[in-house]
Amino acid sequence: MRIRPAVTQRVAVSFMWLLAAATVGILLFMIVFILWKGLPEITWGFLSESPRRMGREGGVFPMIVGTLWVTGLAVLLAAPIGVGTAVYLTEYTREGRLTAAIRFGADCLAGIPSIIFGLFGLVFFVITLGMGFSILSGALTLALMVLPTIIRTSEEAIRAVPRAYREVSYGLGSTRWQMVARVVLRSALPGICTGIVLSIGRSISETAAVMLTAGSALGLPRSIFDSSRTLSLHFYLLSHEGISMEKAYATAAILILAILAINLAAAWLMRRFAPKAR
Amino acid sequence: MVALTAIAGLALITAFIFKEGLPFMMKVGAKDFLLSDEWRPKEAKFGIFPMIVGSLVVTAGAMVIGVVFGLGVAILLTQFCSPRLVSVLKPCIELLAGIPSVVYGFVGVVVLVPLIREHLGGPGLSVLAAAIVLGIMVLPTVISISVDALQAVPRPYYEGSIALGATEWQTTHMVTLRAARSGIVAAIILGMGRAIGETMAVMMVAGNAIALPRSPLDSVRTLTSTIALEMGYAAGDHRRALFATGVTLFVVIMILNSAALALSRRGARGARSR
Repeated sequence: MRIRPAVTQRVAVSFMWLLAAATVGILLFMIVFILWKGLPEITWGFLSESPRRMGREGGVFPMIVGTLWVTGLAVLLAAPIGVGTAVYLTEYTREGRLTAAIRFGADCLAGIPSIIFGLFGLVFFVITLGMGFSILSGALTLALMVLPTIIRTSEEAIRAVPRAYREVSYGLGSTRWQMVARVVLRSALPGICTGIVLSIGRSISETAAVMLTAGSALGLPRSIFDSSRTLSLHFYLLSHEGISMEKAYATAAILILAILAINLAAAWLMRRFAPKAR
Repeated sequence: MVALTAIAGLALITAFIFKEGLPFMMKVGAKDFLLSDEWRPKEAKFGIFPMIVGSLVVTAGAMVIGVVFGLGVAILLTQFCSPRLVSVLKPCIELLAGIPSVVYGFVGVVVLVPLIREHLGGPGLSVLAAAIVLGIMVLPTVISISVDALQAVPRPYYEGSIALGATEWQTTHMVTLRAARSGIVAAIILGMGRAIGETMAVMMVAGNAIALPRSPLDSVRTLTSTIALEMGYAAGDHRRALFATGVTLFVVIMILNSAALALSRRGARGARSR
């Protein structure tokens, strides 16, 4: 007997709904689980104190500072380069061998695992350039890592700017640079910001590359040449070396809250400005 | 000038990883290095075969989960879903991509590993645990690229099939999926690259024993975790061996990425010319 197509369809669609529900379920479970266990451990002291006894007691203040430094510096370095590349790719050249090469470079960079970035950062920034385990080495490595994200999102945002805007700008007698700076970049700004916000998220989450470049010093970093442990690395060391599960949960909760905030910000940017572009 | 940073970065990375790792690999002999199963840095024995096998089995397991779930969700999102539900599901997938890999690893260790240990036996830290955690981690990659591929299928294909009396599901699996084939394969390959390259989560749940796994419940060590675990204290030949491991990983990833790029480009061109 042949099964009726309508029945097959119902079975297939229900199965896919099940898969989607499971995916969302896993996501919610992870977030609720971490927040449930971690939020009660977060106190003002945890946020504002330095860790004592390798992190068994005290807080994570130096790690928060370290994370902010590494992430901030990485994005500050990568954003102008990434946006610049996107502008060059979209406004200043015709499609050709060079643009293909640049895109290939960015795509390959996007696929390289973070541990390889870490190895590279270790030999190049830490050893060859003599920066040592430092915030600067970590930030430079991360900047290379998030560069493809910024290039791609900026490029998409710039391409979405209607052609008419550019023509009107030229029609009013502006130079190409005026057109790019005042018209194109301004209308593409929300998209570009979304890319940057997502890169911030990626930098905060990154562990393997930071471990090999920024080091794991516990103290409060005084300059960008100091080694500093980021939150994600601290969390890994706390949990994996069995130092303190309570503190690990609390650190994970901070990470999850940061990621939630960043994703909300990105979604808000997209929603707020998307209708205008169309 | 600025635009060349991406290529320059890529070139620098390639140059330095190879400079540190390749001479050592040549000295030991590529065959011995890749196919010997003895990794005893203290006795100067460097064979990464168990780690290669470890990476492969964990990735294969992850892809089973990643492909089934990833494709299912992607098809649902593009073919059988109201726009409002898409606006709920999409942010969830993005959030899944944003969660740090250490958090995945941690949840794996405290939730999944005890479950496996109690119900299936073995140490818990195992191929199975790593495959499940990685499978979930590659979902965002597989889903977002498959969704792009499915959306690039021209609308008339769908309409033509429906007009011929096919149901929506028949249309999906006979027409849409086939037309989006190369993009979907690209999505799977990129997911595979993600899985092979993932470090922290795997290191936390796979157990890291240097041995060929005999069952999914055995502990394994991957290429990435070897580098991350030992780089901290390695020196001399041991360090060079780790860089050579990095070279191996790098070559595999570049092959996978180039294949995915070529496929997605072909898919995009095909959709346009038709």
